[in-house]
Amino acid sequence: MAQTVIPFGPQHPVLPEPIHLKLSVEDEMITEAVPALGFVHRGLEKLIDFRDFHQMVQVVERICGICSVMHGMCYAQGIEETMRIEVPGRARFLRVIWAELHRMQSHLLWLGLFADSFGFESLFMEIWKIREKILDINEATAGNRIIVSVNVIGGVRRDLTQQQMGWILSELTGIERHMKRLETTLMDDYTIRKRIVGKGVLAQSQARDLGVVGPTLRASSVAQDVRQLGYAAYKELDFEPVIEKDGDCFARSRVRFREIFQSIDLVRQAVSKIPDGPLATKVKGRPDGETVCRVEQPRGEVFYYIKASGQKRLERLRIRTPTFANLPALIAMLPGMWLSDVPVVVLSIDPCISCTER
Amino acid sequence: MFKMTRNIVRNFVTKRATRPYPCKVRTPFERTRGAIHNDIEQCTFCGVCAVKCPSQCITVDRQRLIWTCDPFACVYCGICEGVCPEKCLKQKEESPVSTGERRKIVFRGKEENRRKPGNEPA
Amino acid sequence: MIDQVISVSNETVVDETAKMKFEGYRFVTMSCFMLDETTVQLLYHFDKNLELRHLRFSVTLETLIPSISRVYSSAFLVENEIQDLFGVHFQGITVDYERTLYLDEEVKAPPFCGFTARKSAKGQHFNGKPSEG
Repeated sequence: MAQTVIPFGPQHPVLPEPIHLKLSVEDEMITEAVPALGFVHRGLEKLIDFRDFHQMVQVVERICGICSVMHGMCYAQGIEETMRIEVPGRARFLRVIWAELHRMQSHLLWLGLFADSFGFESLFMEIWKIREKILDINEATAGNRIIVSVNVIGGVRRDLTQQQMGWILSELTGIERHMKRLETTLMDDYTIRKRIVGKGVLAQSQARDLGVVGPTLRASSVAQDVRQLGYAAYKELDFEPVIEKDGDCFARSRVRFREIFQSIDLVRQAVSKIPDGPLATKVKGRPDGETVCRVEQPRGEVFYYIKASGQKRLERLRIRTPTFANLPALIAMLPGMWLSDVPVVVLSIDPCISCTER
Repeated sequence: MFKMTRNIVRNFVTKRATRPYPCKVRTPFERTRGAIHNDIEQCTFCGVCAVKCPSQCITVDRQRLIWTCDPFACVYCGICEGVCPEKCLKQKEESPVSTGERRKIVFRGKEENRRKPGNEPA
Repeated sequence: MIDQVISVSNETVVDETAKMKFEGYRFVTMSCFMLDETTVQLLYHFDKNLELRHLRFSVTLETLIPSISRVYSSAFLVENEIQDLFGVHFQGITVDYERTLYLDEEVKAPPFCGFTARKSAKGQHFNGKPSEG
């Protein structure tokens, strides 16, 4: 059997962002995969030399559109911890509401792209129709559809009125009903199951060794969710990490599907418990010291290391995004798959390459 | 196997989800972050917007009283609107209009509005 | 603030990493920053049940740092990234891109090296650009 090397990407109809995989195949079965990155490396960490720590909130939010709110939140939390700033209660709950809306929007985007990866375009369009409702909520409350830009150091920039919160809850009821209608198609359809069940299996021990994070880890029955740390308002909300046992592509899509319902529930809890109060604490002074901050993005745990030395500009900002941690797992999953399964497996880790390369 | 058929039939008989753009254009939501506009009659050329802008797209020339913004470098974050002490810098609800050439927005101000020395904003 | 930082040296880092693996810690990532023009400081971050632990050591730019990718196989990506951006050398990475992961072959100077943190700029113009020097 002769070995052929097939390049997958950076341009591929199924990939949302460019990544290059050199696949060595023997008669349609993959034997090895080597990734190549660097197509969207913008060097955003270097901008700390040119922008002060307040302006970096806007820079950091634009690392990735679909995880934008969590990037801003994690950076703001890191600086607040360094400067010992107390964020008001209302701001913490508002951050949770926008973060969970963003998580829903990201999972719905992924579900649509996943359906597109095995050719089910009508399901893709149906799911993105639901996603439009969340983008309308974002635009009406925060001002923009995807890069909502509500976080500032010390709190948030915009408020939600009672009327807006009532409107959000009614829209979420509609979204929940619509998702339940699609549940039998997504989870039970014979053709979909044939494409995704049993593909890209990651055992629990392997997932732990490779340092996998997020829904990819929870689909291999490891119950770890960084929201359990209790940052923002999560310590006052009630939730359990969503886990599945099988570790294949189907389990990962089930985890993300169920997390949408979990996010709807978290928004409802946050709206019922939100206190009154100011939106942001005034920030005086400059950060000094080093901190580590972690937040649960839709794709997993994002890790921020911030080092400051009492000046307006930071000394070092190091960001490790969840897809960076999940890429070695992708390389481990691919050998043994058929060539036609590669798009499905690559998309099942939810790759966000612009986050990975910053 | 035909679990999706019900959805497809429903989509045929219910109202369409898309809008016949450009015949029908949606009005933007309130306080959407759109194009930048400076009410130059009120502007005192303090320069705070230029200092705080994350993408450094605003240039304030105090001597010649010219306020410039590059709409292609702007990321429409709205920080300038938040820090303006005179509240003359606003973001409109409509998105910036597409143009064929890359031109900056330039406003020229009046001498009597220039901020007096010793009267700096906080 | 970060706590639970263990200071190691270039020679002992692989042993300490193996100890972490034996105790069941998950590898999170590595951070690197310039202490001055010739020295970098490396931080290795590990996590177990949402509690972090860190290893810290400093090396000069020319030192060969032993790779931990034989202990934690997922470390090869971040070691290649640090090689690209800072110009340090890791010895024995399982998949070594030799400075081409992010950078093109023509790029000779590592981007993060040669730039130390800016001191607070004096004499800023109103467009926010710092003055030279």
